[in-house]
Amino acid sequence: MTFAPHTDDDVRGMLEAIGLGSVDDLFAQIPPSLRLDRPLDLPDGVSEMEILADLRRLAARNRDADELVCFAGAGAYDHFVPSVVWALAGRSEFYTSYTPYQPELSQGVLQALFEYQSMICELTGLEVSNASLYDGATALAEAVNLARSSPGRERVLVSAGVDRRYVDTLRTFGRGAGYEPEIVQTEGGRGGDPIVTDDVACLIVQHPNRLGLLEPARELFDRAHAGGARAIEVFDPLSLGVLAPPGELGADIAVAEGQPLGNHLNFGGPYLGIIATRLEHVRRLPGRIVGETVDVDGRLGYVLTLQAREQHIRRERATSNICTNQTLMAIAATVYLAWLGPEGLEELGRRCAAKAAYAAERLTEVPGVELLFPGEPFFKEFPVVLPRPATEVLDALVGRGYLGGVALEEADGHAVLVAVTERRTREEIDGLALSLKEVVS
Amino acid sequence: MTGEPRESGLDGRVGAPVRTQGPAERLGTIRDLSRPGRRAYSFPALDVPERVLPDDQARRSRPGLPEVAERDVVSHYTRLSQLNYGVDTGVYPLGSCSMKYNPKVAEVAAQLPGFQRLHPRQPEGTAQGALELLWRLERALCEVTGMARATLQPPAGACGELTGLLIMRAHHAKGGNPRRKVAIPDSAHGTNPASVRLAGYEAVHVPSDARGLVDVVALEKLLDEEVAGLMLTNPNTLGLFEQEIERITEVVHGVGGLVYYDGANLNAILGRTRPGDMGFDIVHINTHKTFATPHGGGGPGAGPVGVTAELVPLLPVPRVDRDEDTGAFRLHEDEPDSIGRMHGFLGNFGVLVRAYAYVFLHGRDGLKEVAECSVLNANYLAAAIADEFPAAYPDGRPMHEFVATARRLKERTGVRAVDVAKRLIDLGYHPSTVYFPLVVEEAMMVEPTETESRETLDGLAEAFRRAHREAHDDPQILHEAPVTTPVRRLDEARAARQLKLRWDPADQSARATPGSRRPTAAPIPGSRS
Repeated sequence: MTFAPHTDDDVRGMLEAIGLGSVDDLFAQIPPSLRLDRPLDLPDGVSEMEILADLRRLAARNRDADELVCFAGAGAYDHFVPSVVWALAGRSEFYTSYTPYQPELSQGVLQALFEYQSMICELTGLEVSNASLYDGATALAEAVNLARSSPGRERVLVSAGVDRRYVDTLRTFGRGAGYEPEIVQTEGGRGGDPIVTDDVACLIVQHPNRLGLLEPARELFDRAHAGGARAIEVFDPLSLGVLAPPGELGADIAVAEGQPLGNHLNFGGPYLGIIATRLEHVRRLPGRIVGETVDVDGRLGYVLTLQAREQHIRRERATSNICTNQTLMAIAATVYLAWLGPEGLEELGRRCAAKAAYAAERLTEVPGVELLFPGEPFFKEFPVVLPRPATEVLDALVGRGYLGGVALEEADGHAVLVAVTERRTREEIDGLALSLKEVVS
Repeated sequence: MTGEPRESGLDGRVGAPVRTQGPAERLGTIRDLSRPGRRAYSFPALDVPERVLPDDQARRSRPGLPEVAERDVVSHYTRLSQLNYGVDTGVYPLGSCSMKYNPKVAEVAAQLPGFQRLHPRQPEGTAQGALELLWRLERALCEVTGMARATLQPPAGACGELTGLLIMRAHHAKGGNPRRKVAIPDSAHGTNPASVRLAGYEAVHVPSDARGLVDVVALEKLLDEEVAGLMLTNPNTLGLFEQEIERITEVVHGVGGLVYYDGANLNAILGRTRPGDMGFDIVHINTHKTFATPHGGGGPGAGPVGVTAELVPLLPVPRVDRDEDTGAFRLHEDEPDSIGRMHGFLGNFGVLVRAYAYVFLHGRDGLKEVAECSVLNANYLAAAIADEFPAAYPDGRPMHEFVATARRLKERTGVRAVDVAKRLIDLGYHPSTVYFPLVVEEAMMVEPTETESRETLDGLAEAFRRAHREAHDDPQILHEAPVTTPVRRLDEARAARQLKLRWDPADQSARATPGSRRPTAAPIPGSRS
């Protein structure tokens, strides 16, 4: 089927109005040698009932986080999404609109983005935020481009505590931008000893890091600044009710995966790339930025601003190529943060930390299961070493109804990263511990 | 401006675009509704022992987020949505954006828990349906574009461009010289040159000829062994089909270059011809244009990239494959020639579910009909307003969109394209794209899409003609437009000069420190108390 409303009479009448005899005449300018002389090798179109049945069949072949109790994290988390978030972000005036090029018809999206920028500044303790990037990994690539703006400072140092997928993404983007990320080894799963010389553009630290551990971020950023480099923090937005914000830790640029802010797991996307920085970098910030202004009658309103940074004006000298971004996910994050408020954010952080600590205690009671880095502080996820290969254990846990975590390369593939959000109950955690005991014994 | 709704002029024939604010109404931000101690959130009772995080890592003061009731949240964002125009509100003829109707069934499908509640790091065996969907969509997109394999990872078209250009770079680097330059037409979308630079190349511009097509002679002159390739849309940014496309791809291939197809305008040719058959080597698709995935007020999109067989080893990882023996789908990363990863996970999966729904709902005939009706609609509308707003390149027949110009109107009346656009708003329509492409003076780029009816196009055409008449009779109406919207023309220069990019930061000292359950914070400055 199609959604084109044309009747045969419409088509005839419209062709007549433009002086053509047939639909084929509309395509006469395509050289005959290029015309596809066969139907596309696709199935025939179907009705709504049939496509929905097909998609339900595919969805039913997945075992989702409603069916399996989710302790998987590593960059995507099963936090609770309150009903208000998509009841509002899912309003079609928002989701069926385009980039707000006509501000008079787009005050809703523009104001929501202004509020989003404000909330990200409040969360991070930094002065400016843009209106969204694609995801955490690509936001980091953009942050590196922003940081590599001083001549002679080309090198990019990345703590080994940064998500491997983010580093892989940097490696890809670096092929075009002309850098190769250099890994700074950690000690005992965190920290490390970065040597920041005068050719280093930036030092990147993830806090909490890819193993869930809290980094000595202040000291690491001091090291970056002492060497004249910029400090980039990869943060978890839902840690910021309880952990010191990037601005206070000394980060010049902070980026995050914003999925935890009211966005569903969605098998990896669409997610939300967050970037915030200090005011002095605003003219090099990538992507859309919304600003407040007034209309001809003096009424307050919002517009896309500082567009001279962007590809449609600056073209090859733009700060980024980004055009379409993740606006709807930013609106969802805004609604979510309004629902949560300052107290809810803190409460949520305390719950994640408490439940993760409890889970770590219960899981390490299982014989042969130990913390990979005993005694190191963590927030909502932590790595454990198992007596059997991680992938085998995780598969066996699926059979018992659990997504038990994410396999790590550490400990020769015998380590698992376990994430515990505010959604996990004591009963579920006890159940995981019990199942793990059965699986590894 | 009193805020009173003013007469739009076309009584009853068109809908009001968005709700006008009343005179007394000044919508504050959500923070203006904040009252200390008010809350929307709720959690179950804590069922495990409390735990204290290291003191030196702790946050010292709470962030200045609003403290509001759930009812406030719902009213506020509902109100904001009412200040916004979407495809569901009415026709949205933004050229180069393909703002067609977004099928509701695609939304229902994407919200199935089997997709929405799936974790990206689940064991492959627990995500077979998702991997099958990606695998089938990839093959369908390859058939539509005439490519061998594709990556669905890029989260938007611009990221698809960068992916394609990095593939181009890797291809040449394998031959020993990554080359220095990439050619793009002077009418290209801004993302093209920006992506070229991010891929480490220098953009060189190819002029258009008098017909609005690539000047092939000029192209040949600038081609040499340092040109890595050419980026092109076809139909091009002026809505015209590049009839010499075979010669264009041939001359680029002649110097060892690759030809990149920017899929912004793929809607026009679905099932009629394919980029692969024209000689393109790399193709990106904007699912939020061609395959009607909703644009979300600026995103999310998805920008799959297809390539010829020769370039398949360079595609990003991970890739989805099917085990021929077991029929199981798996992800694999072990591809030594791959350019690497372009996204943290597998791209905008939820968007790809919607694209899948669209592609297989339409099927072979439906997609072809999409192209036919989109081209019919653009030609019908172009003809209907040609006397008032002539085509910028009148010799060519437009495809799915057309570029008209208000140059003559401006010369005669002083009314510019932007004024016409703003008047269309008062007449109940979202305007076309204006001032793009840059090579056309007073450009109005109009793409009605295939989902608009003849009656809608007649109404839109009448609005264009009416604006044209008014420009001669009473140009002030156009200069002052819009008057029916929540705000009127906004001072963009002031926005850039007096930067205000966030609400005023709250007074840190007034806020409670974390740990106290009942903060006794003073009212947040700027709140209405």
